[in-house]
Amino acid sequence: MRLDLTLRRGGFALAADLTVPPGITAVMGASGSGKSTLLGGIAGFVPVAGRVEIGGAEVSGRAPGDRPLSILFQEENLFPHLDAATNVALGLRADARLDAAGRAARDAALARVGLEGLGERLPRDLSGGQRSRVALARALLRDRPWLLLDEPFAALGPALRAEMLDLVAETAAERGMGVLMVTHDPADAERIADHLLLVADGITHAPVDARAALADPPPALRAYLGA
Amino acid sequence: MTGVGARWGLGVAAGVVAALVLPVGAVVWRAEGLGALAPGDRGALWFTLWQAAVSATLSLLLAVPVARALARRAFPGRGTVVLLLGAPFILPVIVAVLGLVAVFGRSGWLAALGVEWPLYGWGGVILAHVFFNLPLATRLLLQAWLSVPPERLRLAASLGFGPGDVMRVIERPLLRAVGPGIWLAVFLICTTSFAVALTLGGGPRSTTVELAIYQAFRFDFDLGRAASLALLQLALGVGAALLALRLAVPSGFGAGLGGVAERWDHRTPLLRAQDAVAVAAACLFLLAPMGAVLWRGVPALPDLPASVWAAAGRSLAVALLCAVLTAGAALALALAALRTGWIEAVGTAVITASPLVLGAGLFLLLRPWANPVALALPVTLLVNVLLSLPFALRALMPAVRDLDRDFGRLAASLGMTGLAWLRLVGLPRLRRPLGYAAGLAGALAAGDLGVIALFASPGQATLPLAMYQLMGSYRMEEAMAAALLLVALSLGLFAAFERGSRAA
Repeated sequence: MRLDLTLRRGGFALAADLTVPPGITAVMGASGSGKSTLLGGIAGFVPVAGRVEIGGAEVSGRAPGDRPLSILFQEENLFPHLDAATNVALGLRADARLDAAGRAARDAALARVGLEGLGERLPRDLSGGQRSRVALARALLRDRPWLLLDEPFAALGPALRAEMLDLVAETAAERGMGVLMVTHDPADAERIADHLLLVADGITHAPVDARAALADPPPALRAYLGA
Repeated sequence: MTGVGARWGLGVAAGVVAALVLPVGAVVWRAEGLGALAPGDRGALWFTLWQAAVSATLSLLLAVPVARALARRAFPGRGTVVLLLGAPFILPVIVAVLGLVAVFGRSGWLAALGVEWPLYGWGGVILAHVFFNLPLATRLLLQAWLSVPPERLRLAASLGFGPGDVMRVIERPLLRAVGPGIWLAVFLICTTSFAVALTLGGGPRSTTVELAIYQAFRFDFDLGRAASLALLQLALGVGAALLALRLAVPSGFGAGLGGVAERWDHRTPLLRAQDAVAVAAACLFLLAPMGAVLWRGVPALPDLPASVWAAAGRSLAVALLCAVLTAGAALALALAALRTGWIEAVGTAVITASPLVLGAGLFLLLRPWANPVALALPVTLLVNVLLSLPFALRALMPAVRDLDRDFGRLAASLGMTGLAWLRLVGLPRLRRPLGYAAGLAGALAAGDLGVIALFASPGQATLPLAMYQLMGSYRMEEAMAAALLLVALSLGLFAAFERGSRAA
């Protein structure tokens, strides 16, 4: 994924000129630094000046649903009035009408995230962790080259969050899906990220190796971590 | 969801603009200036203004004690009273008029007690307007009253304020703040009222501009003069709307009227009695006419002529179509308004147009191409959809905004648009406000006696028009039976849509 863009919102501006490598990249930075705005720009929710290239194609003119990526938001990732299976089916077809093959793929995705047999439940009858799994199953079914995570697991407890991150890492590796995840917890990045991308002072720094950077933080990251 | 309704919404908005601008344009083009007005027409303008001013003033003054009683007292049945105050909004005007005739008329209940009320003429017009707007003013005042922070009342109590002090320090400033807006809202409604003037007014000294348009059409067939009058009415509407922009007219929607703040200043027997009398008198005033219609209408139900049932069928068809079209149009407008601000303004601008102005304009537009009389029902439908749109939009807009805020990005990220969005997201999430909007539009259309009176020949009468014709030939018992049918139709439609949208 190649970014060369500027995002503006009111008096706030964020520039990025970098290439996001395959694998899992953690986006870190102080709150208000523009991490979510960056993801919003890539996903098509925030207008960008510049280019967003994914797989060699410029996508910044495309509607959010037509971009080669899936995104999980901080909240409201499921339609509360649709059951889990329908929510997942939306990943394959926007009208949720599936043929036999589609239904099989949907059930396989549900099974992959450990929700076999729970397809008929409404989100309110699922736990927080299960809801996250439904959203992840939908992203698996969508099968787009990139998965953007805008802190979708922030409301889960530490153990559940670690479990979800591991599941993301496993399934992304299976599918060869690139992951760009916002987090404010170095432990999350340390757990699954290959690369680390720091957003600070209106600039998106080029990605660096996650483990090395966390072990010996460069100055900007050190300032954020306070270590 | 962004992008889903945008094209549809723009189309509907363009349609609404056309449906407003074309008839108004026809009226302006056809109007022959003020010179075409008959001498009596100046009197119509004068009567329109002063009866509206008196009606608004009376409604507001009488509403104060009722609202104050409801604001400071919790009593069994308070919820029912508040509900009752909301009912006149969907009660067909002609039914209320008939009820007032049954109570205040020459052979009514009051006459039986020896009290004479000048029902036909200004007395009746104002009485009917107070009947409809006293509840509205009460609800709006109550809303303001309940917005007083409980802390302030507690402070007043800690300072040892008596009822007079509370009135002076808290309530009078409150009334001064909201009173003018409420007065203007009622004034506006009373300047465009047609059915009341048609049934109770009409003499040389109690004709409104709206009624004068009708008379110029029906009796004199003087299209030029009718257009001039319509222009006058339009100027009145636009002027009042401009005034309303500066005054912040309250809406009367939303805001719950449930709780009663605890107070310490009203526990004297005298105030208790005063509040009880205010609430009881208001309820009696609202319920007696309905009771009278029920009392005299039920025995006549079996004798209703077939023509009345046919009219009821036509009303039902118009109302159902109006409900569905209004809800659909309002949804399209609301979705488009998310991104294009002026669209919401178009939806509300409809308020400046009156039914008779639109009707007169449409008549002028249609005449070169078709026989307008043959199109009475479609035109009635169109005008009713237009007039219901502001209410539907007001009911729908907040829910659409919430939906966009909560699930707009999710739907967009999954590429859900058009019918898929409507089926999976829009209809399930917006069912309740859509049902409310449809119910409101259906009830208003079923009870409307406006354009249809302008256009229809006897064979196409809707139920309100059939009722009016029965009243005109003094077949009062049958008219009251028809009124029951009409109330059942209006309230039934409202309840059916509203309840239906709640059911799982």
